[in-house]
Amino acid sequence: MKEVTGTKEYIKPENLVYRKSSLLTDDIMHYCPGCGHSTTHRILAEVIEEEGIVHDVIGISPVGCSVFIYNYIDIDWQEAAHGRAPALATAIKRLLPDKYVFTYQGDGDLAAIGTAETIHSCNRGENILIIFINNGIYGMTGGQMAPTTLPGMKSSTSPYGRDVSTMGNPLKITDIVATLPGTCYVTRQSVHSPVNVRRTKKAIRKAFQYQKLNRGTCFIEIVSNCPSGWKMTPVQANKWMEENMFPYYPLGDLKVPEEKQGDQPKTE
Amino acid sequence: MTEEILIAGFGGQGVLSMGKIMAYSGMMQDMEVSWMPSYGPEMRGGTANVIVILSSERISSPIIRHFDTAIILNQQSLDKFEQSVKPGGLLIYDSNGIVRHPERKDISIFRIDATEEAAKLQSSKTSNMIVLGGFLKIKPVISMENVIAGLKKSLPERYHKMIPENEISLRRGGEIIREIHKV
Amino acid sequence: MERELRLMKGNEAVAEAAIRAGADGYFGYPITPQSEIIEYLMEANPCVTTGMVVLQAESEVAAINMVYGGAGCGKKVMTTSSSPGISLMQEGITYIAGAELPCLIVNVVRGGPGLGTIQPAQSDYFQAVKGGGHGDYHLIVLAPASVQEMADFVGLGFELAFKYRNPAMILSDGAIGQMMEKVWLSPQKERSKKVPEWATTGKPENRKRNIITSLELDPDRQEAFNQKLVAKYNEIREKEVRLEEYQCEDAEYLLVAYGTSARVCQKAVQLAREQGIKAGLLRPITLFPFPSKRILELSDRIKMALAVEMSAGQMVEDVMLAVNGKVPVYHYGRMGGIVPTPDEVVENLKERIIGG
Repeated sequence: MKEVTGTKEYIKPENLVYRKSSLLTDDIMHYCPGCGHSTTHRILAEVIEEEGIVHDVIGISPVGCSVFIYNYIDIDWQEAAHGRAPALATAIKRLLPDKYVFTYQGDGDLAAIGTAETIHSCNRGENILIIFINNGIYGMTGGQMAPTTLPGMKSSTSPYGRDVSTMGNPLKITDIVATLPGTCYVTRQSVHSPVNVRRTKKAIRKAFQYQKLNRGTCFIEIVSNCPSGWKMTPVQANKWMEENMFPYYPLGDLKVPEEKQGDQPKTE
Repeated sequence: MTEEILIAGFGGQGVLSMGKIMAYSGMMQDMEVSWMPSYGPEMRGGTANVIVILSSERISSPIIRHFDTAIILNQQSLDKFEQSVKPGGLLIYDSNGIVRHPERKDISIFRIDATEEAAKLQSSKTSNMIVLGGFLKIKPVISMENVIAGLKKSLPERYHKMIPENEISLRRGGEIIREIHKV
Repeated sequence: MERELRLMKGNEAVAEAAIRAGADGYFGYPITPQSEIIEYLMEANPCVTTGMVVLQAESEVAAINMVYGGAGCGKKVMTTSSSPGISLMQEGITYIAGAELPCLIVNVVRGGPGLGTIQPAQSDYFQAVKGGGHGDYHLIVLAPASVQEMADFVGLGFELAFKYRNPAMILSDGAIGQMMEKVWLSPQKERSKKVPEWATTGKPENRKRNIITSLELDPDRQEAFNQKLVAKYNEIREKEVRLEEYQCEDAEYLLVAYGTSARVCQKAVQLAREQGIKAGLLRPITLFPFPSKRILELSDRIKMALAVEMSAGQMVEDVMLAVNGKVPVYHYGRMGGIVPTPDEVVENLKERIIGG
């Protein structure tokens, strides 16, 4: 590569502002520009590295856009059939109770075809982390309607907008799992701005710490975007998300565990 | 030697456990044994039956439709299985609640009023042992010694104190069984 | 430790044998006629003795995917069900085959299609030996004909599954599941602490990350993987055929039957020989791999083969393929939960002999 004149003098340790997590591989991510997956992958890798649990963590990848997450984060992975990730995670955690187990799932995977596995894993209080990316659409298969698609929202299978009288209502599955006694920490976050990225990263960190304490299922919804599926630029998509998704899926904690003496996770 | 036995009656009459004790006893006597219960929804509907096969050789099918011996403990089962006894075979029945008695002439028929007798002995739970005792009197395929050993094996430890009571019932069965018709 | 003699149901024998084989996990969902397996395991509570995990899943779909997850960790895991439940599991089974994971699946077959009956049948033969789910794959299929074999094949099934990194299935039926017979139980085996090199248990520093997946979007690479599977199945066909022969030495008429039907046919052979008909029985113990080679050898000496199954005629197709047109092959079957009697089989054989 041709060296840009004068850059060499700035590449010094004291000028370092950001270092890629060593867990992120050099594979080029296949995500569309502006997609929330890449940011989420990054902070997930960072938390695993910073918490020092890389040798003890097993991830379950879904069917959906993030199916290839195992190419991007350098940990052990199992690839589940569509919707079944929590069933895999259940068995893995029960057979290897000292390991950290998480699933990474989209809205179609988690809240449509995998509803039963999601609800029952949460209800049993499996000591796993479920990361749920909700962008209101099936991204990988080309923009079809998801269980979380908003009323009136257009998709390739709701080309005139989602008509709730015939197509059902958007499913707030995170609200449902928050009511289950098996869940310990349920929160809804986003990764579309630096402050939200920081909050989400903090939530993931907390979840792994709760897992270490065997407190039950941790469930993090990340309300995200799909510029390609929504047919918008990344900037438009984020604006549309703030204006339309957040009112329906408000950000914040839905359930936080009662702190027991001595088991408070460190938050920073 | 092969003895193919059907036991049928209401749930709670000890049908399955009588079969189990037979199978355990046969095992104590070094026989090949199989115990095949009915497991359909009729189980919930109150009737129960089990096929027990005792044999000196490898048992072929555990599910058969004709029997050397049928032990019948209620009217429904009598109606259903009277015709399933092989010609020349044996039918033993408890007359309690029976309004239509067995009619076949080509099989041996014995009656044992076990329910009534168990009430007399104030030991209603061992009426099935009275029936078993009666059967063994007619067809001594297993020795009493091995039946007691089988009983020990099939009953959980906490019920072992009931074995003497069962033994009395077994012997009583041999005394009260009555011949109705013999081929 | 000595082997132990017990009188047990086939279903109970599977459960006890699983504990004794040192299984790490069982994941299942109740269905007649095999619910005794999970009931027995829950009561035995091996979690406190051997550390074996036993979990009642929310569905057969979840159960088989729990098996996938556990198998991916290199653990000895299993599930059991009966026909309708096994149909639900087909998705998970093809993923397990595609990810080359070892596991044990027990199908205590009941009659179908649909809800069908809860009585014994052999109508899931095609589903078991031809793949069952989508994609080119095979299970290793063992067919027990006694409670003893129900117990023995648990250990054997795990052994073969790990040897070939392939799901193994015990294809039983309601009769063998529900009946009690004598069974010699093997002594308790320790649960294995060995971690296979492909297992996902958290990536240590000294190895690359393990990825359990059945996904390969590149057609060339996917085909290479398919060829690898074909080679594996051929090796299994070469090395793992198991069968039992009964009075085949001078047989003119060969009965071919597995499981409960084979027991019936053994008696039928005796009855036929009493009537002067030289019958013999070949009992496939492995249904995949099928004992085709041996059947072909025998077809040089026999006049006819009769496949006896509790189905509309499924295994008979494999007998035909094996015989390769050398002698006529017929089928005799009962369905709907009915077990044929030895007399019926002999009658049918006689009709074929006269008719043939």
